[in-house]
Amino acid sequence: MAEPDSLLAEALQAITDSGDENSLEQLRVQYLGKKGSLTALLKSLGQLPAGERPAAGENINLVKRQIQAALEARKASLVEDSLNAQLSQEVIDVTLPGRRQSAGGLHPITITIDRITSIFSSAGYDVAEGPEIEDEYHNFEALNIPSHHPARAMHDTFYVSPGTVLRTHTSPVQIRVMENGKPPFRMICPGRVYRCDSDLTHTPMFHQVEGLLIDEGVSFADLKGTIEDFLHAYFEEEMPVRFRPSYFPFTEPSAEVDIGCVSCGGNGCRICGHSGWLEIMGCGMVHPHVLEMSNVDPKKYNGFAFGIGIERLAMLRYGVSDLRTYYENDLRFLQQFH
Amino acid sequence: MIFSVDWLHELVDPKMDNQSLMDELTMAGLEVERSIPVARDFSGIVVGEVDSVEKHPDADKLSLCLVNDGSNIYQVVCGAPNVRAGLKAPFAKVGAEIIGSADEKPFIIKPVKIRGIESNGMLCSAEELGLAESSDGLLELSDDVGLGEDLRSLLNLNDLSIELDLTPNRGDCLSMIGLAREVGVLTRQEVKTAKVEIVDATIGAEFPIEITAKDGCPRYLGRVIKNVNPSAESPVWMREKLRRSGLRSIDPIVDVTNYVLMEFGQPMHAFDYSTLEGKIEVRMANEKEKLTLLDGKEIELTPDILVIADARKAVAMAGIMGGLDTSVTEATRDVFLECAFFAPLAIAGKARSYGMHTDASHRYERGVDYQLQHRAMARATQLLLEIVGGEAGPVTEAIGNLPEQLKIELQFSSILSLLGVEIAQDEVIDILSRLGFGIASRTESALEVEVPSFRFDVTIEVDLIEELARIYGYNKLPKTPGLGSQPLRSQAEASVSIGRIRQLLVGLGYQEVVTYSFIDPILSALVCPQDVAIPLQNPISEEMSVMRTSILPGLLSTLSYNENRQRERIRLFESGLVFSLEADDICQVAMIAGLISGSKFPENWSNDKELCDFYDVKGDIEVLLGLGGKIDALNFTPAQYGCFHSGQCARVDYDGEPIGHIGALHPAIARKLDLKTAPFLFELQLDPVKSAILPSVETLSRYPEVSRDIAIVIADSVSADAILALIRDQAGEFLTNLRIFDVYQGDAVTKGKKSIALGLTWQHPSRTLSDEDINTIISSCVNALHDKFNANLRS
Repeated sequence: MAEPDSLLAEALQAITDSGDENSLEQLRVQYLGKKGSLTALLKSLGQLPAGERPAAGENINLVKRQIQAALEARKASLVEDSLNAQLSQEVIDVTLPGRRQSAGGLHPITITIDRITSIFSSAGYDVAEGPEIEDEYHNFEALNIPSHHPARAMHDTFYVSPGTVLRTHTSPVQIRVMENGKPPFRMICPGRVYRCDSDLTHTPMFHQVEGLLIDEGVSFADLKGTIEDFLHAYFEEEMPVRFRPSYFPFTEPSAEVDIGCVSCGGNGCRICGHSGWLEIMGCGMVHPHVLEMSNVDPKKYNGFAFGIGIERLAMLRYGVSDLRTYYENDLRFLQQFH
Repeated sequence: MIFSVDWLHELVDPKMDNQSLMDELTMAGLEVERSIPVARDFSGIVVGEVDSVEKHPDADKLSLCLVNDGSNIYQVVCGAPNVRAGLKAPFAKVGAEIIGSADEKPFIIKPVKIRGIESNGMLCSAEELGLAESSDGLLELSDDVGLGEDLRSLLNLNDLSIELDLTPNRGDCLSMIGLAREVGVLTRQEVKTAKVEIVDATIGAEFPIEITAKDGCPRYLGRVIKNVNPSAESPVWMREKLRRSGLRSIDPIVDVTNYVLMEFGQPMHAFDYSTLEGKIEVRMANEKEKLTLLDGKEIELTPDILVIADARKAVAMAGIMGGLDTSVTEATRDVFLECAFFAPLAIAGKARSYGMHTDASHRYERGVDYQLQHRAMARATQLLLEIVGGEAGPVTEAIGNLPEQLKIELQFSSILSLLGVEIAQDEVIDILSRLGFGIASRTESALEVEVPSFRFDVTIEVDLIEELARIYGYNKLPKTPGLGSQPLRSQAEASVSIGRIRQLLVGLGYQEVVTYSFIDPILSALVCPQDVAIPLQNPISEEMSVMRTSILPGLLSTLSYNENRQRERIRLFESGLVFSLEADDICQVAMIAGLISGSKFPENWSNDKELCDFYDVKGDIEVLLGLGGKIDALNFTPAQYGCFHSGQCARVDYDGEPIGHIGALHPAIARKLDLKTAPFLFELQLDPVKSAILPSVETLSRYPEVSRDIAIVIADSVSADAILALIRDQAGEFLTNLRIFDVYQGDAVTKGKKSIALGLTWQHPSRTLSDEDINTIISSCVNALHDKFNANLRS
């Protein structure tokens, strides 16, 4: 029978030499198992004189613990080695591009409309939509523009048939909203509009956002505040805003709104025609005739309306210099928006 | 409206520089479009007199002149055809500078040799000085101008023309007196009234006037002027004033009527008296009555057109344009002058309906002061007699239904409620009075305001308040946040927003585009042969002449445009209305459409370059309609439709209703459109895509799922849908998932058959499903597949 000490030396050597978890397990069985060498040694204790047994037993147990510890340590080291091997095997070039679908993007017109919509939504404005082939009544008459009105000449109107037009502005939507609802109204209507005009600065189709607020006790001061707040919110800049008297048949008083040029800070540049001001939108107090025609009592309610050209806002915001690029849909242009 | 600042200064001195004046006008609603110098920028040019002219010895077309500037005599070589001894003309002395335009270097006159002869200075034409578009000789100055006088001050060339972009309500500012009135109010300066001398009749000649259309023509003045001098010329001062007002000088008689038009805003017309028969009648045109206009165009009149007629026929379109037969010519000796007030409603829109627009119609449409005619007639007579001579008959006046003066009640409280500011009552009265409004009466709370005869745009109280706001200053008015009452609003949750739909498509790699709503009818017919497109009556071009019945033509054009710019992998979408005629009714339906073309993935180091196919676009649609939480309501049926490939097209049904189509573009159409690869398309109605259900949560089962896979061999012709439907029918109520995970056609299965592998998963809410449960279900599925489709389990 081997002595515990030589057994220990032999076991430790075998453990050190073992190369994988299976052989370690075999060694465990060989030394520590039910039929293992140490178990045999323990069983043989009985053959010793009673006085020597405790010390001998103690020695065997010590050897057993040492072998156990060596087995565990070796196992841990083997696991770590194999993990390390796996890790080093699995090294990849993380700088290679990711595998993906390409990202699409939204059209700048949509981005701009969404932005305007979210600004007005935060102030409780609803979004309304309407037909683009519109009857003359809603496009003109209901907006106080009878057929002979000189303002008709300013709208180069596309006709589908006598009495039916492509809407020249989004204002007819405000009429439809008023006709079909009850005041107060607070809404914006974004959409496509059409004018029979095509040159460097006009496309026959473009986009507007019309806004309308009808309530009791609304004044021109509310209009000014709303427009100025909107423009500051849109451009994220507190540039000067000025109101100029103007004329729209459906509002009275009417105003054109200029902002201090966002390109040159009002010093004068090519974009603002060296005036320091940019004409940005039209607005006014809704004309009493328009309210009456849409069954809103002008004695009780009044309000304001405004119209914003989307292409122009997007041009100023994103530095688009040619109106026509919006509709060429060149992906090299569109993919600059995200 | 273009006007000369010098002319304005004759009527009112704004006491400010030109830039301030322009700012003031713009901020008062009379927007300055641009300013135009009346001449080139030059210096050192004076009045010179040609003392003598000889031929240049070495050049046929050049003359050798001696020019006198009052102090010295200069030898000058000149090429102008009208150079002659005794002529006074602009003379640029050595050292004079002429600047063509702001960014050009000045041209400096130096002593030069021309064909060997010394020339010390230059005689100038109107064109060279920027006084005319073109000229064919030296600018001839009148005999009475002083030699050596500086040309700029002689001709007031430091004047400026200003172009206003007037809004249609401000017809009252389409004249110098109207503009002066406005500037007077804005600058608080006194306005001089234009001096008009009443010219008494020296002959008795009179021509009868009859107004039949009394609403259309409330006032008509006529006057005969006899024996005018046909060879007279308009004086330089008048020609220059007209030029600086954007009007061309034509002949003295027309120039005078144009001058009065500019000065008073009163259109006038001169007839050749000898061509008129019997009388003037102002009436509505007869049906199909013909008239040849001054510009030579013959038009057919309709009974809603107001005409001036003589005893025989229409001789002018009232307030728009005169007729050719009765117009003044070089032979005219006797003139009949018309000065009328035509009602805006009678003129408005009429010129436009004939594709015309004249200075007269522009003013009559907007409203001409109906109290102005006598002054304007006197002014025109005075100018005519001065320039072309002749003898004037008495003024004949005929009256129709003249407008009554409008009175408007203005409540002081309305000013506060509309403008949000209180304007002192005295200031209100001051502003209105300066604008020419009368105050008929005043109480503590209101004014009764009389509208002057030249303000057609002021008819109700808010119009007066706008005038107050305008003069008070829009930018002095207060501003408030304007939020009003704001109840919280309900939000429909069972709906997918267009924003979310767009964002999803963007996430799936689609680029949004915006294409025109009107397209080429040829493209429309090619891509959408099933639709009837609505044509425009007045398209901008043939290529944009019908309304789109589908978004697909626009997307295909965009695809082609970008393919031609070396883009190979393209995914596009657009949402918007499409237009069609259904039983004579115009339908406008919101659609969302897209296309994919090229490889499945962007070119990449790791994957192959497999091209996208039908199932890619179908997968995207399934994800899109999954947004609404009711993917089970989605169904695809083989279809043959429009521009789609006949074997790769499906009708998309949602909630049992067809909502659109998906599929490959028909290869023949792809060829016609010159596309490199045929794209896969979808187009769906937007409203159904937005429909959604609220989530309604089911209790989760605590019992395990059981899954089984089966593979069957089945005839090619049996659709996946049919197989899945049959299995769903047989697989019991606890089936929670059914999927096809493999489709195989090839050597290992008989030709005409395919192998399909299906995965089924069950879960019972309240117990564990046993093997026997599942085996029973599987055999019933297999039996049914065999009975119905002759399918067998794959061995």
